[in-house]
Amino acid sequence: MTDAATTMNGNTGGGLTTRNSGEAVRKSLKRRYAAEKRFQMYGILAIFFAICMLGLLFTTIIGKAVPAFTQTMINLEVTLYPQDIDPDGTRDPQVLSRANYRTIIRQAFFDLFPDVTSRRDKRQLFEMISPGAVFEIRDQVLKNPDLIGERVTIQMPLSDDIDQLNKGQIDRNLPEAERRVKDKQIAWFERLENRGLVETVFNTTFFTAGDSREPELAGIRGAAMGSLFTMLVTLLVSFPLAVSAAIYLEEFAPVNKWTQTIEVNINNLAAVPSIVFGLLGLAVFINFFGMPRSAPVVGGLVLALMTLPTIIIAARSALKSVPPSIREAAYGLGASPLQVITHHVLPLAMPGILTGTIIGMAQALGETAPLLMIGMVAFIVDIPQGPLDPSTVLPVQIYIWADSPERAFVERTSAAICVLLAFLVFMNVSAVFLRKRFERKW
Amino acid sequence: MIRKSLAIAAVAGMALSMANAAEARDQIRIVGSSTVFPFSTAVAEQFGKTTKFKTPVVESTGSGGGLKLFCAGIGAQHPDMTNASRRIKKSEVERCAKNGVADVVEIKVGYDGIVMANSKASPQMKISRQQIFMALAKDVPAGEGKLIPNPNKTWKDVDPSLPDVKIEVLGPPPTSGTRDAFAELAMEGGCKKIGWIKAMKKTDKKKYKAICHSIREDGAYVEAGENDVLIVRKLEANPKAFGVFGYSFLDQNADKIQGSLIDGKAPTFEAISDGSYAVSRPLYFYVKKAHVGSIPGMKEFVAEFTADKAFGPDGYLTDKGLIPMGDAERTKFREDGANLRNNIDL
Repeated sequence: MTDAATTMNGNTGGGLTTRNSGEAVRKSLKRRYAAEKRFQMYGILAIFFAICMLGLLFTTIIGKAVPAFTQTMINLEVTLYPQDIDPDGTRDPQVLSRANYRTIIRQAFFDLFPDVTSRRDKRQLFEMISPGAVFEIRDQVLKNPDLIGERVTIQMPLSDDIDQLNKGQIDRNLPEAERRVKDKQIAWFERLENRGLVETVFNTTFFTAGDSREPELAGIRGAAMGSLFTMLVTLLVSFPLAVSAAIYLEEFAPVNKWTQTIEVNINNLAAVPSIVFGLLGLAVFINFFGMPRSAPVVGGLVLALMTLPTIIIAARSALKSVPPSIREAAYGLGASPLQVITHHVLPLAMPGILTGTIIGMAQALGETAPLLMIGMVAFIVDIPQGPLDPSTVLPVQIYIWADSPERAFVERTSAAICVLLAFLVFMNVSAVFLRKRFERKW
Repeated sequence: MIRKSLAIAAVAGMALSMANAAEARDQIRIVGSSTVFPFSTAVAEQFGKTTKFKTPVVESTGSGGGLKLFCAGIGAQHPDMTNASRRIKKSEVERCAKNGVADVVEIKVGYDGIVMANSKASPQMKISRQQIFMALAKDVPAGEGKLIPNPNKTWKDVDPSLPDVKIEVLGPPPTSGTRDAFAELAMEGGCKKIGWIKAMKKTDKKKYKAICHSIREDGAYVEAGENDVLIVRKLEANPKAFGVFGYSFLDQNADKIQGSLIDGKAPTFEAISDGSYAVSRPLYFYVKKAHVGSIPGMKEFVAEFTADKAFGPDGYLTDKGLIPMGDAERTKFREDGANLRNNIDL
């Protein structure tokens, strides 16, 4: 208390001598340094805590995702009898694609286990092979019809349960009734392993296929393409609109009641829950304009509405931060208002605008709620070829997989999260790159 | 550069607004129940891979939401089929008819058991439906004609034979079809064993339903969202809690959780399919007859769904957790589907 009093006196330069006030400063110096140290400590602690959490998140997600990048395959030798596949020898792709490859696989697989005879056992045995094996052979035959009549070794996926067993996710010591894989299947699998027919390979399906109900056939490609198209539409619609709105409001618009109302509303719009935009999209784009459900076009438009306020706000503050001297210098040299903006102000504001855009886009990339309303939360197998094809997006795919009962979807969920994070990192890196290119010092 | 991007945006905007999907679709669209979703998608995938038709798009909107979309009208912008984990209601049939959707084919696909399960770390529970009602109802009867707010804190308070553990049940929220079915089959099933409440069904149906279907809101029943996987995880973490969800999740996680015996019956595949396990419900999908012909592949899709290789006892849907119907019922619905018989009779 007395300390404070003397310091105050010293500051005001009252009756006390300078020696006295110097003393007081020296006395309080230690305390003030300690306060600063403490403050820095809090900051470091906060950052440390954040890094720990992030590290924890990444390690759990990546740790869980790692098994999803491999898939247990069987190298099965099959004989492609012409009478089964193409009895008339026409090599017509229509005939080839409808042939009964299932029997061929069954035959080849049962030949490996001549001792399995009962119908029930055969059923259990055949369950070990993924239903996708049929399509694997079909694709090989369609690609190369000369294989017909040959005996070839084809690599095909094993079912998700066997895959989980191979990855050690299923405890072999549990009682038989408590696990998905039966004792007999484990014994058969071990026999296959001993013969060297089982191989664990990189899971390319995960990156090339669309969604599937069979975890071993499910891929992220469809959702990734959907996200790409959606983001493209969002960017094309929201960026030019937001930037022109921001320029008008910041540079041209008179300050009156109208512009003030608009400004308040833009700020409010940024805080509207995203599901509301979904309802708006349903009412306007789908019901009124008759646009297709589940299409990235509609998703992109809805998300564009959602990101507009974010970009407008960021763009306005970026424009505001351009020093008036630049504008005045340009005017002084005889530039028209439009020239001042397009040649000088906008390029200088661009880094800030881009940062705002990326934040908005990153938000949009992670949205699922508004997409529910417009039918993008759906099971879609075909990979979308354009923004009008039905598709889903990455966060929706994560949600659908996280909600699936099959255990093998757990690791795929984490892997899909990794892909989403990679998307985000890519977007951020490109933003940094663009910012570096546009950045100008003054 | 800015002028150019503005021009691009204008062109893009125009192209987008021209994109009109009112033209015919070549792809079936299905909406509806999240419980039927895994089965419907499995059939859709199989159908897309084995026929010349495109893979149908299946949306998970919930039974009620699906029927609302389905009944909204006829035309390519409306879905062709909807899944439901309950039967269509009379009000929904009327709504459909009002919007021109007069001819609807009902296909029952099989059954789904609703289980009450807990972690394997705790002993298995043997419980009756009446005890479930007494443990989870909002108001419980205390003597003839009198209701009091549920005072039961532990299972032991409900019945001395039950364990001395706090009542904690994780289950789906009211928007879920699973919750409706649980309330109807387990809660009401137990509720109507009480004489005077049963008598009320005839005199005051509304009150009867309110008593039997209301689940307590004092924290003993925790709404855990529509995500059944989440409930399973929470059960693992908390061995004292119980969860309510579909049979397929028990089937996939049998190493970690166990189903409680309800009225002396364990929720097994056999007990649900022969009807001896009390808490099971039928699953349906509905087909819009007016779209058959204009949307390609609808009849073939129904045929794929109702083939024995799909919804039969050895079909691929049983592997996804569907409990198949008996032979007679399967044949009936397969024929109804093939002939597109207008078979809704409420």
